Amino acid sequence: MIIVQMTVNGNPIEVGVGDEETLLETLRQRLGLTGTKQGCDLGDCGSCTVLLDGKPVLSCLTLAADAQGHEIVTIEGLAQGEDLHPVQRAFHEAGAVQCGFCTPGMVLTAKALLDTNPNPDRETIKGALSGNLCRCTGYVKIVNAVEIAAKVYPEGA
Amino acid sequence: MKTSSFSYVGKALPRIDGVAKLTGDAQYTDDIHLPGTLVGKLLRSPHAHALIRNIDVSKAEALPGVRGIVLGKEAPICFGILPRAEDENALAIDKVRYVGEPVVGVAAVDERTALEALKLVEVDYELLPALFDPYEAMTREDVKIHKESEVANIERRATLEFGSVEEGFAAADHIREDTFFKAAITHAPIETHVALANYRDGKMTLWSTTQVPHYVHKAISRVLELPMDRVRVIKPTLGGGFGGKGEPFSYEFVACMLSRKCGRPVKIVHTREEVFMSHRGRHPMHMKLRTGVKKDGTITAVEFQNLLDGGSYGSYGLVTLYYSGQLLTLPYILPAYRFDGVRVFTNKPACGALRGHGGVGPRFAFEVHLDRIATDLGIDPVEIRQKNALKPNTMTLNELRITSCGFEECLEKAGKAIGWNERRGKLPRGRGVGIAGGGYVSGANNAIYFNPMPHSSVNISVDRGGGVTVFCGASDIGQGSDTMLALVAGETLGIRPDTIKVISADTDTTPVDLGSYSSRVTFMAGNACRSAALEVRRKIVPIIAEKLGVPEETVQIKDGIASAQGHSEKTLTFAQAVVLAESKGTSIYGSGGYTPPKLGGSYRGAGVGPSPAYSFGAHAAEVEVDEETGVVRVLKLVAAHDLGLALNPLAAEGQVEGAAVNALGEVLLENHDITDGGQHACPSLLEYKIPTMLDVPDVEAILVESVDPEGPFGAKECGEGSLHPSIPAVVNAIYDAVGIWLHDAPITPEAVLSALKKGEQP
Repeated sequence: MIIVQMTVNGNPIEVGVGDEETLLETLRQRLGLTGTKQGCDLGDCGSCTVLLDGKPVLSCLTLAADAQGHEIVTIEGLAQGEDLHPVQRAFHEAGAVQCGFCTPGMVLTAKALLDTNPNPDRETIKGALSGNLCRCTGYVKIVNAVEIAAKVYPEGA
Repeated sequence: MKTSSFSYVGKALPRIDGVAKLTGDAQYTDDIHLPGTLVGKLLRSPHAHALIRNIDVSKAEALPGVRGIVLGKEAPICFGILPRAEDENALAIDKVRYVGEPVVGVAAVDERTALEALKLVEVDYELLPALFDPYEAMTREDVKIHKESEVANIERRATLEFGSVEEGFAAADHIREDTFFKAAITHAPIETHVALANYRDGKMTLWSTTQVPHYVHKAISRVLELPMDRVRVIKPTLGGGFGGKGEPFSYEFVACMLSRKCGRPVKIVHTREEVFMSHRGRHPMHMKLRTGVKKDGTITAVEFQNLLDGGSYGSYGLVTLYYSGQLLTLPYILPAYRFDGVRVFTNKPACGALRGHGGVGPRFAFEVHLDRIATDLGIDPVEIRQKNALKPNTMTLNELRITSCGFEECLEKAGKAIGWNERRGKLPRGRGVGIAGGGYVSGANNAIYFNPMPHSSVNISVDRGGGVTVFCGASDIGQGSDTMLALVAGETLGIRPDTIKVISADTDTTPVDLGSYSSRVTFMAGNACRSAALEVRRKIVPIIAEKLGVPEETVQIKDGIASAQGHSEKTLTFAQAVVLAESKGTSIYGSGGYTPPKLGGSYRGAGVGPSPAYSFGAHAAEVEVDEETGVVRVLKLVAAHDLGLALNPLAAEGQVEGAAVNALGEVLLENHDITDGGQHACPSLLEYKIPTMLDVPDVEAILVESVDPEGPFGAKECGEGSLHPSIPAVVNAIYDAVGIWLHDAPITPEAVLSALKKGEQP
């Protein structure tokens, strides 16, 4: 057991983790943050994407112990109370959600993109999100949603 | 009915569960945690075909932390989605038939212990010769995968004949014969299969990632020998199905068996590799088509032979076999038709139903075949399709009743959007456009097991706060059926759909809907919901009329406010109306069901194919073929789909876009291949290529509205038929680009290069 200190969705926490435990397991099983999804546990699908110091990482390939001292944001950390984050709102209104299993990883990857590039073109969006697999939507409405979010994207959302 | 006369129908409605899915609140099966839950794991066969001589679990049982082990002999009753193919056991008993078949179930305090226990189980196998080639399996009497097969390993041969085929060919000016092969693909939903079982006080509760809670309910009851009222099946939020969660599976029974044995909740989560092993995907089809035509392109006769490689079990296969023959009579008029199909067992994971079930392989073959015929005759591919197009309010020769049919409009709109007249045959070499058509069922007319009950039922309750709750067994698998129910109830009642609660897919609290398969839910559950909502309306409207002092027929309700036409000053809220209605002594509810009309012929096989309505579609693709590498890139895809009426255009477009992209994966990337020896060639999402954002263009969905006379507000299916035409449209576009015909899908760069080298065609 290793004690890890990290910030999760703005809250500093201290949690004991196994030495082979992934960040995905810690978030889902120890912290009850089940919004982060496991689709393959092999780093292939992108469903488990969380932000580590603002950058998207695959939590199934990240050892929990390596999160020591870092800032983690999961899907549960985006909305402010009942106010959805602009990326969440755009996904909702643009019909970018179907089964929703890829959605948390997709939204966080899109947020990381817009945080660094608030005006991406369609091809840039596709490139940035291409590591997140979706089997339902055909992607059209996901890319639309990111474009819509970009239009209303505030500084440092 | 015109869309403009609706309050909510026809307008974009975001999903009612969208916010929960976007904030991480939505509970999928693996997100549910009960105290004391044990981890269940399945030991799977490493052999493709073997007898089980003995299973020794003593060492595994002795491992600290192991709480229970179950074997096949503890649940010997067979199950299977089709009553005529109940050939599976919860765990293999005396024989395994494919690599990955579950043999032993273990429950332990944690995953590591459960996996360790699997290693300690000793299974003594006696290897049998394994069959992987369906042509070989058809004739090998000495190797029986199922001893019940009468001839070699043929599960079923199906023959159909309509009209005078010989006369049709005799009347033809031109006859063409082609062979095609369509490989297997698998569903690959992003959520893997999960079951959580909790046996308490003689009652089993199973939360499962299933598209068919009702069939799972029946099967668990039967196999575990528990009365149905002691079994509850709940489908939590589901992370995609596409048919891959459309029947009862081993892990569901084993979770229940282990929970009953251990007295604790047991959860089984499939790894991604196990999802590939479970499969039930598209059947590989070896197809031969022969068609006679007049000089002007009019079809005179069609003959179709299809060999389906079914894998190791029956699954939905008999339906797949008949669908493959029956649905070929859409969307063109065939005056004479003969089908000869065979489904064969092989030692591979069983094939079953996948989005577009049964029709996808034959549609690929026929649409490419038709383009070749058009080319032989010097006729434009759009023209030959128009010439033979099925018309509304007709009957196909195999007695499929066609009501609404917007096929010709689909052809026209897809052609226009791709710039057919300006571009076909006129683009520089390496670029080309292609088109193809299709048609599909809006649900099957006949239930999977014979019963006289409604195919879908809905209850609607109204509380005195004006809240409306819809209860329905329909399974929202991501396609949006909960939102559809809210929309239909909202439109009927005059209540904003986003305020309506939907409780679905829980066998204890919701009335039966048969499940999410055959593209049946909007049509059938939508109609049941409309009927239930009309009952509520019938109870509320007289109360409103009385209170407002106006005739009943003038009462209108919109956004929860009741008023009378011509008397805008008189209003009553829906909630006030409910309170008044309840004061008469009873609570307000409505109940409705949908049973399809009796349809179809009386010949053998006539039960598969009839549907209360058919969707139609035409897709057009533009491709670029790199003649150096053989890589095909789809630059544009237009999918025109006749869905009757778009209840919710946002959701409908999403269905069409998603289905078309599934098809692009199917035609260019995906092959659920099994190696010699029965191992999966590519059991991960890295090796098995589903399209990423960079692999596909932005699909342009065109919704064509033929307004079906029997669909809810005129709607019919839109999520499955919209897959079919994309595959042949791409293949036909490749011919336009570089002059080669490809008859095997998926189209690999190697196949393109080899065809280019040969100059032309197979």
